[in-house]
Amino acid sequence: MSSKSVATLAGVSALALYSSMSTAAGEQSKYNLPEPQSVIAHEIYDMHIWLMWICVVIFVGVFGVMFYSILKHRKSLGYKAANFHHSTSVEIVWTVIPCIILIVMAYPATKTVISMKDTSSPDMTIKATGYQWMWGYDYLTGEGEGISFFSRLSTPRAQIENKEPKGENYLLEVDNRVVVPVGKKVRVIITANDVIHAWWVPALGIKQDAIPGFIRDTWFTVDTPGVYRGQCAELCGKDHGFMPIVVEALEEDDYAEWVAAQLGASEAAAEQAEADAEKEFTMEELNTKGEQVYAAHCAACHQPNGQGIPGAFSALDGSELVNGPVAEHIDIVINGKANTAMTPFRHLSDVDLAAVVTYERNAWSNDTGDVVQPSDINEYRN
Amino acid sequence: MAAVHGDAHDHGHDDHHPSGIMRWITTTNHKDIGTMYLWFSFTMFMVGGILAMGIRAELYQPGIQILEPELFNQFTTLHGLIMVFGAIMPAFVGFANWQVPMMIGAPDMAFARMNNWSFWLLPVAASLLVVSFFVPGGAAAGGWTFYPPLSVQGGLGVDMMIFAVHILGASSIMGSINIITTILNMRAPGMTLMKMPLFVWTWLITAYLLVLVMPVLAGVVTMLLTDRHFGTSFFNAAGGGDPVLFQHIFWFFGHPEVYIMILPAFGIVSEIIPTFSRKPLFGYSSMVYATASIAILSCFVWAHHMFTAGMPTVGQLFFMYATMLIAVPTGVKVFNWTATMWRGSMTFETPMLFSIGFIFLFVIGGLSGVICAIVPIDIQVQDTYYVIAHFHYVLVSGALFALFAGVYYWIPKWTGRMYNETLGKWHFWLSMFFFNLTFFVQHFLGLAGMPRRVPDYALQFADFNKISSLGAFGFGLTQLLFLYIVINCIRSGEKSTQMPWEGATTLEWTHLPAKAPYHSFETPPVVK
Repeated sequence: MSSKSVATLAGVSALALYSSMSTAAGEQSKYNLPEPQSVIAHEIYDMHIWLMWICVVIFVGVFGVMFYSILKHRKSLGYKAANFHHSTSVEIVWTVIPCIILIVMAYPATKTVISMKDTSSPDMTIKATGYQWMWGYDYLTGEGEGISFFSRLSTPRAQIENKEPKGENYLLEVDNRVVVPVGKKVRVIITANDVIHAWWVPALGIKQDAIPGFIRDTWFTVDTPGVYRGQCAELCGKDHGFMPIVVEALEEDDYAEWVAAQLGASEAAAEQAEADAEKEFTMEELNTKGEQVYAAHCAACHQPNGQGIPGAFSALDGSELVNGPVAEHIDIVINGKANTAMTPFRHLSDVDLAAVVTYERNAWSNDTGDVVQPSDINEYRN
Repeated sequence: MAAVHGDAHDHGHDDHHPSGIMRWITTTNHKDIGTMYLWFSFTMFMVGGILAMGIRAELYQPGIQILEPELFNQFTTLHGLIMVFGAIMPAFVGFANWQVPMMIGAPDMAFARMNNWSFWLLPVAASLLVVSFFVPGGAAAGGWTFYPPLSVQGGLGVDMMIFAVHILGASSIMGSINIITTILNMRAPGMTLMKMPLFVWTWLITAYLLVLVMPVLAGVVTMLLTDRHFGTSFFNAAGGGDPVLFQHIFWFFGHPEVYIMILPAFGIVSEIIPTFSRKPLFGYSSMVYATASIAILSCFVWAHHMFTAGMPTVGQLFFMYATMLIAVPTGVKVFNWTATMWRGSMTFETPMLFSIGFIFLFVIGGLSGVICAIVPIDIQVQDTYYVIAHFHYVLVSGALFALFAGVYYWIPKWTGRMYNETLGKWHFWLSMFFFNLTFFVQHFLGLAGMPRRVPDYALQFADFNKISSLGAFGFGLTQLLFLYIVINCIRSGEKSTQMPWEGATTLEWTHLPAKAPYHSFETPPVVK
């Protein structure tokens, strides 16, 4: 029976699943959940293996009976049909047994749900914000408080377009990793700026939708140092497949070093920003900076050549708005345009916004000659 | 009995209807309308299938090759919408049109003109969906679940989709009211509710579910429409709304919808298994109660699609327990089918093969469903390929295989001709092989962490994606064989007899000639 060989195949696959439990730490199984790195992920991993086995037993039991019947009770063997058509006692038995199995399954699951939901008394809190299409992180409390950065896909465009060989962590690498200490309870509060995203790190056993206008939270404690990779798990538009999440867990000392370096850098950056806010830039400076900001935040939709994608994303090259009054241009960049993919960019700094607006007004065939200074943006914000 | 036969032979003389295209546009005959529903759904199955081939071609290897991400999203969105609303649902309504009147001994559907209108709305809605690919901005790209705020961002394609959903909803509601009325009022004398064939029972329950949830879907797409164009903020936090509200309303429709697509499949299989086992269905009344329990429970489990959206612990636990509970009546059905086969005298013609294939693969989908119901595990597998594998096991090897089984089973009665048994068996075994090649490996992809709805993926997923794509191409081609078998049967199949299946017991086999006449049961049969 070919159907029987299918059953064998299922059995073999289940065995493959089981044997993959013993893969060396850190090595990604192709058949199973990744090697768990937190308490919750461990519980999920074990629960899944255990339930798989229950399912395999049920499956083999039910289809063992059915295939026995298919082999023996066939007309071609001259088997005469019986005529029974119900049996209350049998029917009660096969209603009650599944109920018992379900209770056995539900009990450990309930315990895990309760501990997953317990985000109380964390050692530190990080806010993750989903943007189309990158993540923003703010370290809110605990060691590292005040650190804040964006985290974008760092796989080069050429690899995605098959012009270069693909690297080891293709699509799972970012410019700035979320760094956390091992052994500390980290609470992640999650929200989004535009549409729904989901923050998912499989090895840590957490996935939480990032919902614009609302805050959700979850938690994890990493067991061992390492780099754990995940992806956005809720369809969020064009580049949904290109906004990975990379968590790097460090020993406490290393983490303290990282924090010091980050805070030092951000202090310097803050001073710079303060100075910049007052500074008058030249058009050339703004254009250079603006091109970088444009590439990071705007080019995904409006395209590097400013042509957009007809019908979906407007062209900026030759656009009436970009070549029109400066105030309207600043307004749409800061506040977005309701009910379109143009989301607000007020989270960018005055300098970045001034630079990008200046760049857009003078790039490609646009030639307004306008120079927008950070002070103009600041004035507009207030 | 003899009287009924005499009646059947008299048919020729009042078989008047316009010919050519006008026959189909103006028809109020349940058989004509059933035929149109079936051809329409097969056409949409091909359209949705072409989209699926596009998706699998892009995913054949890592990197972006043929579909840019935006277009890829349009393909996945429209594949889902077209398969659910254009292929599977209308196909079951087609079966209801053909079979319900014949199985209960009624001359036609209760509201014959409305029946015509229910059908002719469908091509309009389908055109809106297909044409939306060619409008500025392209088709809707926010997934078949069109969650806001993403779907608020889309262009004209989203509005066309919303309008199409409205029309499809109206069509489904009219179709359901028609089915309910026919079943409750037009049964032959002596056919009490508990004597109805199980296919009729499952459709009665399905029709009630449709009337219950389609207005909810219409409501939620209307709210989306007003959010998009008329300044409301149902789903916009900045205006005091909540994006998650959409998900609750959508899935209050969406989960019963899943059962709308599977209950009639249970019905078809419950007719076929006893026929080819030459033994009455085991536990008829528990089958009816199990169907009703599934339908009722299906209205209390919607939030299991939203475990990662964030909800209170008590909420997660409630929806987890309720979802797990559905396994009980579903299990009862599987046990009943097994007990029906037990000590039967089985033969394995194509309808029986597809029915056994249905049970076998549907149970895999059911077991992965229990695994998905467990909240902590769902946190890992939600929105991954594991879920894709799960629901294709219940919708393709579930609903679709049952539809194939039903076509092979009843086509002798519809056309008076037999299909080619050898080719039918090839169709089954090829479908079985390629289906599993396509979807079994997707369980592994999901567990290992591949998210769904992505046009490109990390390198560790490459092998299984290649296997899955090859399987999908094979599965797609195999369905052309099905088209050939059906056309071949209609054109030049061997003449069938009144009773091509030895074990059949329902009225269309026992009372109607080989090819069911254009008007059947003008005088109702008496059921003892």
